[in-house]
Parts: sequence; structure tokens; C-alpha cells
Amino acid sequence: MEKTIEIRWHGRGGQGTVTAAKVLADACLSGGRHVQAFPEYGPERAGAPLRAYNRVSDHIIRMYCPVLHPNVICIADATLIDGINVTEGARDDSIFVVNTSHDPKEIREKLNAKPGQKIFTVDATTIALECIGRALPNAPMLGAVSRATGIVSMDVLLENVEKSFGKKFSRKIIDGNLEATKRGYEEVKEG
Amino acid sequence: MGKIVAVTGNEAVAESLRQVNPDVCAAYPITPATDLMQRFSSFISDGKVDTEMVLVESEHSAMSACIGAAAAGGRVATATSSQGLALMWEMLFIAAGDRLPIIMPVVNRALSAPLNIHGDHSDTMGARDSGWIQLYSETAQEAYDNAIQAFRIGEHPDIRLPVMVCMDGFIVSHSIERVEYLEDSEVKNFVGEYRQVNPLLDIDHPKSYGPLILTDLYHEYKRAQHEVMTKVKNVVLEVASDFEKLSGRKYGLFETYRLEDAEIAIVILSSAAGTTKDVVDRYRDKGIKAGLLKPRMFRPFPYEDVAAALRHLKAIAVLDRADSFGGYGPLFSEICGAVMSMDTKPPMINRIYGLGGRDYMPDQAEKVFDELIGIAETGKVGAIKEYIGLRE
Repeated sequence: MEKTIEIRWHGRGGQGTVTAAKVLADACLSGGRHVQAFPEYGPERAGAPLRAYNRVSDHIIRMYCPVLHPNVICIADATLIDGINVTEGARDDSIFVVNTSHDPKEIREKLNAKPGQKIFTVDATTIALECIGRALPNAPMLGAVSRATGIVSMDVLLENVEKSFGKKFSRKIIDGNLEATKRGYEEVKEG
Repeated sequence: MGKIVAVTGNEAVAESLRQVNPDVCAAYPITPATDLMQRFSSFISDGKVDTEMVLVESEHSAMSACIGAAAAGGRVATATSSQGLALMWEMLFIAAGDRLPIIMPVVNRALSAPLNIHGDHSDTMGARDSGWIQLYSETAQEAYDNAIQAFRIGEHPDIRLPVMVCMDGFIVSHSIERVEYLEDSEVKNFVGEYRQVNPLLDIDHPKSYGPLILTDLYHEYKRAQHEVMTKVKNVVLEVASDFEKLSGRKYGLFETYRLEDAEIAIVILSSAAGTTKDVVDRYRDKGIKAGLLKPRMFRPFPYEDVAAALRHLKAIAVLDRADSFGGYGPLFSEICGAVMSMDTKPPMINRIYGLGGRDYMPDQAEKVFDELIGIAETGKVGAIKEYIGLRE
């Protein structure tokens, strides 16, 4: 592992992408690590493309600027692949985690990914609809990211999903998100 | 030890205010104010502090109410940002002139026009001559630590001056990072009980604040205000020393990074200093003696100490996230003031960066260091003031 892991999230306003970055930061605090989570602030509109970032490191993080060369790229909405350059600044060994019902091989082709780049897919929207009843893919995406990167264990992640959603939502919604996170972890596919 | 959390700069500073538990807080909650005060007012609603919240009709009134409450004898805090600070401007001078230790976190954001609420230092730089002490913070941790120390500094019996605790808008205020909180009891003991020296509510000993002083004594009054400022440095260092014993975290008038044996250096405030430190390391790895100086206390400005730290350099770049149109950037002007006392003055350049939240990327610092290498070799400076990070 690199000494600092940098993550870029692509999502649309209202999908919970910024919340996902926040929950991941919280979860990665474990083991005395340093973390950052920050969105790119612009006019905030539901449905508009947005980016958010994480940095996770064993050392103090001093860099205060957007991530240019992410180790991990999380795409919470696959329709963004057509509209924006989600591979911008990617490393030769970057990991992509994509919310889609399509096969990882198709996505690899679509992204024109390099051989060293790893492609993971998860049907996070379907999982979310089944577990929460709403198309909020952030919880299954977090589960998939945990599996694809090993950046944080499932136990710690679930603890933080519970803590984060527990502040605002009913038991039913919290349980739905925990289930969705687990399913994201279990159902993610590599190809 | 307190707990370690992942929070925004605003959450961290709101937490420091909860732990200090001031008597009165007046605020006007509207953009470009931030969620800092919203979070603190939740503590009030939830009964977690005893603070009396005065909701007023403008930022001008917020500062006015703080002045009244501080003169009455209370420990007073508020927070603001951007246009809000600009609207307070008239009252800032009254808070300082009346020697009222109001503690005010300021989320540094740009000023209109054009409308922009992103991070730069235009707001607090515009207030630099108001008589307030100003501390700048690189990280959420520093903003939290500075806010706690600000109470001890401003309320010190020898000082009794208001303090602005500055952090970068969005970059620190709205971004989540790791912060170590102190225990509530530790903060409570550290800031101690506050006793106003001249409380208006002490009706057995009537006083007046802000009387008319004309040509007879105004000049002397203002000189006295400057005299007080000369004592701030020692208090800031004393408080920092006590804070280090408590937290293990060291603070000074400024921070230096690999500066002792440096030949070229960047002087820069707040969050951009962090990014620059990583670039300093890259240049050191290439065998280039690069360094950094990050002022923490901007008012009063520690000219002599800064001069001593910069004396050995072959070239200096001062980077400003605020502008003086038709003049040099405010930090550059101060560094010129510091360098003036040196027998041999190093060549200096002023680079304006990051206005209105334009990202300050590592390549901008690299270009500045590359330019400094050339200046150090030849002693020749091209344009003194230029803008970096412009779109081509």
C-alpha cells in the first residue's frame, strides 16, 4: 500500500456521495490513521455531477487541494462515464469501483482501462432499492469499496454506517443501510 | 486525553466554543455565515452550554451586542465570515478601542463583487488595522487549538483585546479531517474563570465606555492601544507554552519548516502552507534547500522574530491569498517591514494566489520555488508582484 491512499468520488447531487466520503473518513480513523474528506463545492443541485475526495494516511496529511492522481475512483452513477472524463489523472494501477448492473468487462472496455487498472462493479442502485426502498447507492458503494481496496474492515465500516445514519434516521432505515453495505461487499465483481 | 474524531473545521471550532461555554454569543445566521454558529446554537438549544444566544438583525448588530455584553462583564464569542465581517467593520474598531476581549472565529472567505463565498483572506486582511489580535490556522486542529488559546490571550489582564481566529473557508471549514479534542475539564481549567476588570454591571463603581475624546487625548489613547499590542507577543508565547503542556502540541508566533538551513523560502498563511510543506520535501529530496515560514500571529506582527528567521535566505517569495489593488499583497508588505531591519536584504517577490477559492495546487508552489532558484543564483528579480494559478 502507498503511504497515502487518495480517493475520488463521482456522483450526482442527492445520491449521498458526499455522505459516503464522510462515512469512509470516519471509518478510516481506526488504527490511528489520518483522514480527509471534502467535496468540490459548487452550486448544489440535485442531479448535477459532483466530485468528492478522501485521503487516508498513516502520516499527517498536509495537502489541502483536490486529489489529482487518485489510487481509487468510485463512480456512484455509471451515466457519468458518458458525460465526464472519470479516468482523468488515474494511475496505471488505479482501482475503479462502479455502480452499474453491467459486467466489469464491459465497463473495462468502456473506460478503456489499462491492464494494471482494476475494475470492480456492483449494482448498488438495485441493492439500495431492495434494502432501503430508495435509489441511494452510497451504502452498497461503501461495502464494495471496502472489499475492493481493503482500506477498512467491514466491522469498522458497519459500525460507522450505523453511527452516521443513526443520528438522523429510524431503525428501519439504519438496518436497511447496514444490509445494503453488506450486500455491496458481497456482490461486488472484479473483471 | 480527549477523543480523536473526523470533523470539519467548523465542527471543531464549534466544539471548542461548547467546551469554553461563553456567557453570551450574538450572531446573525445567514450566508456567507457558515454552519459554525448553527452548530454552536444547537448546543445552546440542547442545553449543552449556558450561553445566552442573542439573535440579531445583522452582523453589525451582532458585533454591537457582543460589545455591550463584553462591557457588561461577560465572556463573549461570536463567529463570522466574508461580507458579515465587512458589515461589522465599524464595530470592530469599537470592540478593540474599548478593550473588550471578544473571541471571534472567522471563516476566511472572499468579498463581493463579483459574488463568491469561497476561501481567501480578503475579509480578515481588510480588518487587520482594526486593533484586533489575529491568529491564522492551517488545519482544523489548529483552528480548534487557536480558538481555545484565544480566550486566554484576549482575556489576559494585561491585554484585554478582541481576537480573530482565522481558518480557510471550505478548505478547512467544510472539509473533514482528523482532530484531537481535549477533555471538557481540561479546556475549562485552561481558560479559567473570566473576570472583567471594568464591568458596566458593577453599579457601585460606575464607568463609561467609548466617551468623546477630542484632540486633547485621542492621539495618546491610540498610542496606548499600540503599546498594549506590543505586550501581546509574550502573552501568546506564554499561553502557547501552557497549551503545549496540556496538549503536546507546540505553537509559536509563526511556524518554520526546514527553514534553518534553507536558501530559498516561501512565506504563506493557513492551509496553503500544508500543501507547500509537501513541495518543500520534494525539493529537499532533489537537493534544493527550500524552506517555509507560516505566520500564525498576523496582528500584532512579530517583525523582529520573522526577520531573524529569514535573515540567511538568498531569495524569498511571499504568497498572498488577498490583494491590495494597486498595492502589494498584505503579507508581502509585512515581510518587507520585517526585512527592512536587515543589513543585507534578500531579494523578494510577491505572488497572489487562490483568490475566491481558486485551488492552490502543488505545481504553483513548484513554479515559485523554480523562480526563486533563478533569483538566488542571479540576484535579479523580474516583476515583484504577479498572479499565479491563472487560467490560460
